Amino acid sequence: MTDQEVISRKTGVQDKQYKWGFEFDIDSENAPKGLTKDTVRFISNKKNEPDWMLNWRLKAFELWETKQESSAPDWANVTFPEIDFQNIIYYAAPKSKDDSPKSLEEVDPELIEAFNKLGIPLEEQKKLSGVAIDAVLDSVSVATTYKEQLKSAGVIFCPISEAVQKYPDLVKKYLGSVVPYSDNFYATLNSAVFSDGSFVYVPPGVRCPMELMTYFRINEADSGQFERTLIIADEGSYVSYLEGCTAPMRKTHQLHAAVVELVALKNAEIKYSTLQNWYPGDKDGNGGVYNFVTKRGAARGENSKISWTQVETGSAITWKYPSVILQGDNSTGEFYSVALVNNYQQADTGTKMIHIGKNTKSTIIAKGISAGKAQNTYRGQVSIMPSATNAKNFTQCDSLLIGDECGAHTVPYIEVRNPSAKMGHEATTSKVNDDQLFYLQQRGIDLEEANYMIINGFCRGIFKELPFEFAMEASQLLRVSLEGTVG
Amino acid sequence: MSELNNFMIEIKDLHASIGDIPILKGINLSVNFGEIHAIMGPNGSGKSTLANVIAGRPGYEITRGSIIYQGEKINEFLPEDRARKGIFLAFQYPVELPGVRTWQFLKAAFDSVRKEKGLKELSIREFDKLLEEHRQAVEMDPDLVKRSVNEGFSGGEKKRNEILQLALLDPTLALLDETDSGLDIDALRIVSEGVNVFKNPNKSILIVTHYQRILDYIKPDYVHVLMDGSIVKSGTSELALELEEKGYEWIKESMSDGS
Repeated sequence: MTDQEVISRKTGVQDKQYKWGFEFDIDSENAPKGLTKDTVRFISNKKNEPDWMLNWRLKAFELWETKQESSAPDWANVTFPEIDFQNIIYYAAPKSKDDSPKSLEEVDPELIEAFNKLGIPLEEQKKLSGVAIDAVLDSVSVATTYKEQLKSAGVIFCPISEAVQKYPDLVKKYLGSVVPYSDNFYATLNSAVFSDGSFVYVPPGVRCPMELMTYFRINEADSGQFERTLIIADEGSYVSYLEGCTAPMRKTHQLHAAVVELVALKNAEIKYSTLQNWYPGDKDGNGGVYNFVTKRGAARGENSKISWTQVETGSAITWKYPSVILQGDNSTGEFYSVALVNNYQQADTGTKMIHIGKNTKSTIIAKGISAGKAQNTYRGQVSIMPSATNAKNFTQCDSLLIGDECGAHTVPYIEVRNPSAKMGHEATTSKVNDDQLFYLQQRGIDLEEANYMIINGFCRGIFKELPFEFAMEASQLLRVSLEGTVG
Repeated sequence: MSELNNFMIEIKDLHASIGDIPILKGINLSVNFGEIHAIMGPNGSGKSTLANVIAGRPGYEITRGSIIYQGEKINEFLPEDRARKGIFLAFQYPVELPGVRTWQFLKAAFDSVRKEKGLKELSIREFDKLLEEHRQAVEMDPDLVKRSVNEGFSGGEKKRNEILQLALLDPTLALLDETDSGLDIDALRIVSEGVNVFKNPNKSILIVTHYQRILDYIKPDYVHVLMDGSIVKSGTSELALELEEKGYEWIKESMSDGS
């Protein structure tokens, strides 16, 4: 048992579930609260950005300024008080990070210790085997492991701020090419103030030799996190990428508005997995992260493939629709999702599959679990454009309810503009069945474990899409998130 | 084994209801170590309820009386605690658990029962070896162990899976709830062999059945006839044959004759 768990048990049972709720005691240097043109310049300056990057940010900021919060998307099935965008810190960096470390040896040992506490070892001797990690604390990337090994394979995996300096041509070519800065209110905000995030480029014909992982952590109070991730899989390449995220327990809400763009060229494949475990708030709905995220992939080349797998257990509110634009002929898009909400959490999540190329194929499997007083909505759009001859989609949405105060909603939008399309849609809603629980109990398995086994079984089809270690972790997350939902 | 008395289970004046409906109306039954008792009776007489009440199924409320298992009153015990203490119910309708792999389920059940007995956890290899022996004994398809629990299993496969669990978990009191229903003759033979292998002087078995057929394979020491929530007649295995021949109506008639 960690110290944190002991503390949590003393202060209140309801919060013991969130074992990542501690904060690091790390000096940081922040931008003043609020968002003006100067904030944007401050961030850009901190990162020594070239003019083209600053100008792109400023264009986004100017557009954002003209948008009112009322232009923020309001169709999602979530409710929250208006966000005061001038009361957020848009840039927070650990002080020691002012001069970016050139290698792990230069990273502040306190930071390394902090990530150790999260179970993310960054030191050479303790690294997770076969997984390269980029660790992002608040607004900056603090360390990236396995840099050399990746380099010899020709794979670029670095903080996006570093990519802006070192690979400006790639960044210029692809940044905003899938999610333009004008895309939506939160994407525009992100484009103006994005701080850090990961950049991946896999050259033609290269199969990335290890899993790539970014671990995001919000630490500063009142700070937002606005990371930006860009992944490009060049022709015939393959990469599997995973992101994980946690935040300390805070009484106030924190905003996380990220943008992720994926580009898969001819015969390339990107597999993107997320374990989202931002602080969900306490059992009365106080605090928690607002997770308003725009994620989109362009399956641009022929035979390209983009696959999203997400396990969403955290955040007070989740608003996110990892999507695939199926441009290339024979391209494939997949979306596998488990969204679990408990207490007062709200999730409105799903996907968009836009079929443009011929013989494009998409699969959507979404599993929603609701407990406590939480609301869970699956929202998905499948569009078959006139050019998409012989497109195929299969959608399956399953909802599981625990208790009788929660809700599950399914909102599919289907638009078919080519008669050759083949569409399949299945949806089920069920409750954890007393007969199933009794069967397990009769075999000596206690009620809480029985409940967990049934729910884990419900999610099995999704977990098997995750890399093995992360499937175990996802399963563990599920267990922790479910604590206290039975009995 | 209890030092206080010789009974595996002693049921005294047991009344139980489902919701507001009384089902069991004063059952008295004592089973010694090593004995096999058969509970027979027409549909709706309360046979399955009795087995489920002993196992502690939620929704079945004991309104009067007691269940003493190896000297300990278990009326209020959680179902999982009864299971860990050695009470096993072979279900009439084994449920399907989508996504829960049979292997994982068996291992979890096995570990929890073993833990209660104070035995050390088996390694995966040791467990697999044991599981394989029992699987072969009930002639269960090896693929089924890799699949979700009971999902897409035939009726016979589900019942074999129950007997596999009986053998694996090695309880002390086995409650067989209509285990013979829906079985063809080969499956009935396999299931019965499983039960007979389980039988020994330290174990007891309660067989709940509508038909005498299974009793050709598993020979009971005593047969009890349950009607409208009470035991109306008890006897040896001869009684089962008599019931088969004359039907339950015969008991009703003999009761109204005042015998």
